[in-house]
Amino acid sequence: MKKLTGALFIVLLYTACKFNAADTPKLPIYGNRDTASNVVNGKTVIDSVYQTIPAFKFINQYGDSITNKSLNGYVYVADFFFTTCPSICPIMHRNMLKVYNDYKNVSDFKIISHTIDPKHDSVAVLKKYADKLGISGNSWWLLQGKKEETYQLGEKNYLVAVKEDSGTPGGYVHQGWFVLIDKQKRIRGYYDGTDEKQVDKLRADIKTLLAETNTNIAQ
Amino acid sequence: MKLRVIGTVMLLLSVIIASCQSEEQQEFQRYYNGGKIIYEQRCQNCHSAKGEGLSNLIPPLTDAGYLKSNKAALACIVKYGIKETIITVNGKSYEGAMPATDLAPVDIAKVLTYVTNSFGNKMGVITSEQVDKDLLKCK
Ligand code: HEC
Repeated sequence: MKKLTGALFIVLLYTACKFNAADTPKLPIYGNRDTASNVVNGKTVIDSVYQTIPAFKFINQYGDSITNKSLNGYVYVADFFFTTCPSICPIMHRNMLKVYNDYKNVSDFKIISHTIDPKHDSVAVLKKYADKLGISGNSWWLLQGKKEETYQLGEKNYLVAVKEDSGTPGGYVHQGWFVLIDKQKRIRGYYDGTDEKQVDKLRADIKTLLAETNTNIAQ
Repeated sequence: MKLRVIGTVMLLLSVIIASCQSEEQQEFQRYYNGGKIIYEQRCQNCHSAKGEGLSNLIPPLTDAGYLKSNKAALACIVKYGIKETIITVNGKSYEGAMPATDLAPVDIAKVLTYVTNSFGNKMGVITSEQVDKDLLKCK
C-alpha cells in the first residue's frame, strides 16, 4: 500500500512538472486552413497556412482612410454594428467599452467596429456616435465603406453573418460576435459581445495574445 | 408535544402576518414582479440591468427627479417611443431614439412599476387604470 502511494506521488509530481513546463497558454487559430509545401535546406516541409484578413479600405470616424495596412503590428478586435440598432448593439458596445477602457493606452492594440448601414452611418454620424459613447483618440475606430465590401469581409473573412432583413428590428440580421485578430491577421477568438462572461474572457485573452505576439517578435 | 404547540402557533402567526400584508402590497408585488420580466426582455438591452443606460447615448433610469416630474408622460414614452426629442436626464441631454412598443396597458403599468421602484427609485405602484388615463393624454 505504501509503495502504491509512493508511486502515485511520483506520478503526480511528474504531471505537475509537465504542467509547469507547458508554454504560456496559447489561443486557438480559427478559420479555413491550407497547407503549403516549402523547400527548406533542400528538404520539402509542409506548413499550415492559416486564413488571414485580406486587404480592405474603409473610412474612420475622423474621415481618415483606413486600410488593412493601418492595422499592421496590432492585435485587434472587430465587430459589426449600426448606430440606429435597437436590439443588441447597445449591449455589445456597453461591453466593448470595458475592453476599450482596459486597453486604450496599449500601443499595439485597437478596436474596429464596421457599420453595416453605411447609408445612414456617415462619417459625421459615426463621429457623433463616438463622442456620445465617450471614446476618443485612435484606439477604437468606427469604419464605414461600401456595403458589399463590409458584408463580404464579415461573411467570408471574419466568418460572421451580416445581412439585410426588413423582418428584424432595425432591418438587419447580425450576430454580436467580437472577433479577436492577431498581428499575423489570423482569427484567434470569437466572443459573444452580448455576454458579459465571454467578454471578460476576451479581456483576458487579449492580454495573452499581446504577450504571445511580443515574444514571437523578440525571437 | 410542546414542539407541536410551538409549531402550530408559528404557523398561525405566519398566516396572520401574510394576510396582514395589505391588498395594496400584494398588488404592488404582482406589478413589480411581472414588470421585472418585461424589463429584462424589452428594456434592459438599452437601459442596462442596473438602469444606468449607455454613456451619452441612452439615458439612465436612475434620475428620480426626471421620473417624478414626468410621471404622467412615462406611459406615452413606453408606448410610442421617443423620436428626435431632446430630453435632459441627470443634467445631460439625450437625442437618441427609443422605439415604440406593442405592450398592452397592463404590461406598460407593470414595467413602469418596476422601473419607478428599482435603481434607487421608490414611487409606488402605477396601475393599469392609471396607464389607460395617461395614454389618452399622449401628444
Ligand atoms: C433601443 C433602445 C431602447 C429600448 C429598447 C428602450 N429604451 Fe427607453 N430610451 C432610449 C433612449 C435613446 C431614450 C432617450 C430618448 C431621447 O434622447 O430623446 C430613452 C428614454 C427613456 C425614458 C425617459 C428618460 C429616462 O431616462 O428616464 C424612459 C422612462 C424609458 N426610456 C423607459 C424605457 C422602458 C420602460 C423600456 C422598455 C419597455 C425602454 N425604455 C426601452 C432607448 C431605449
